[in-house]
Amino acid sequence: MLLGKVFSKPEKASIYWNLVFDEIYILGIGSLGIVSIISLFMGAVITIQTAANIDSSWIPAYTVGYTTREAVIKEFSSTIIALILAGKVGSNIASKIGSMRVTEQIDALEIMGVNAPTYLILPKIIAMVFILPFLVIISMFLGVFAGYLVSMYSSLLDPADYIVGITYAFEPFSVVYALIKTLLFAFIISSVPAYHGYYTKGGALEVGRSSTAGVVYSSVAILLINYVITQLLLI
Amino acid sequence: MIEIININKSFGDNHVLKDVSIVFDPGKSNLLIGASGSGKTTITKCIVGLHEVDTGQVLYDGKDFGKMNRKQRKELRKEVGFMFQGSALFDSMSSEENVKFPMVMFSEMTKGEMLKRVDYCLERVGMNGTNKLFPAELSGGMKKRIGIARAMAMNPKYMFCDEPNSGLDPQTSILIDNLIKSITEEFNITTIVVTHDMNSVLEIGDKISFLYNGEKYWEGTNQEILNTTNTELKHFVYASKFVSEIAAAKVKSR
Repeated sequence: MLLGKVFSKPEKASIYWNLVFDEIYILGIGSLGIVSIISLFMGAVITIQTAANIDSSWIPAYTVGYTTREAVIKEFSSTIIALILAGKVGSNIASKIGSMRVTEQIDALEIMGVNAPTYLILPKIIAMVFILPFLVIISMFLGVFAGYLVSMYSSLLDPADYIVGITYAFEPFSVVYALIKTLLFAFIISSVPAYHGYYTKGGALEVGRSSTAGVVYSSVAILLINYVITQLLLI
Repeated sequence: MIEIININKSFGDNHVLKDVSIVFDPGKSNLLIGASGSGKTTITKCIVGLHEVDTGQVLYDGKDFGKMNRKQRKELRKEVGFMFQGSALFDSMSSEENVKFPMVMFSEMTKGEMLKRVDYCLERVGMNGTNKLFPAELSGGMKKRIGIARAMAMNPKYMFCDEPNSGLDPQTSILIDNLIKSITEEFNITTIVVTHDMNSVLEIGDKISFLYNGEKYWEGTNQEILNTTNTELKHFVYASKFVSEIAAAKVKSR
């Protein structure tokens, strides 16, 4: 029901576009730092662990690069980044909308005749669906690049072998698969916490509860969708 | 004119409004008074459609609000200004943006016209020069005045004020009362004020409706309220010894 209201016709399109750009900046660009840090360390650790666990001479040296690329692109950059953003962005959305609910700001919007769900939630959904794929692509590059840095500055593997590995048997569909998941995750990250925030009742304590519920439910939903999409697209 | 006819509203087992009927006079300050929990705020929320009534009718100039479709309600809401108990200013917007907001959403005014109107509204409530301040930088009284400025931004036909004096010092409280009264008279607005402040009742109450346990117990003017014989209203009016003395003095001076 709430989604029906969210996707109803906005009052003035120009205002909504401005709101979308604001949300892209707040939710998307504002998350660039944490996404970069996580991606770099994630790629580095995958590379080190893979290299440290391969001790058979029968396994080609490029396997480390290949494994890092596959893990980063297919799983870590999309799913882990989505889970991290479910916490960061999800709590932001739920607490912001929840605070507006308990301080009667949403009532004020409705009395003025503004469609509050559209005004508050639609720009966030559009912004996340638009910006998250870019963040995930950046994360993919940084994750794979971090593996290259490990190959350069450690004795675990040779950089040339790593380069061979990350280019070996590359299938562009891996990226498409990751981006399809990302679009669904973006919708979940923005809509589930918004729902919990919008239906907050009570005071500051309940705003905290809504924020927690928004993060928990969106995280569980991301894991479930991840499983279903993987089953559907990769098997 | 706003009229409510036999409205009933329950929240679960709690029957909050019981067959309440009131006619709110146009161009006057209509006060809803009563103890906390008597149903005052619920009535206003039913009138503006934040709560749907269980039974009964809410009429705006004879038109049944309950039978209006979404578009008609939206149109009507452009004629309604609402000042909330906690001001309900948008935290992320400055005073200017708060007052400008309804114009941005619903009018075809140019930026210059909007700013002119914002300046006028802020000046009218004595808040000129606060355009760039955010709600977090304003005191309770200032927030209430910005709330009134926002409520009057679109030249409303109907204005609702929920506990406009709560949490304010006596001086600011009188200032807010005078502001509501003068705006109501100057722009011929039908104003509905929810209050339990006896000073407001005596100063601005053109028409007063007293609610007790979700029922309308009494109706009259600020001239009549001091001579009431209604027991519950008497308890409400003369709860404070100080008010009793003021009331006695007022009766004496007439």
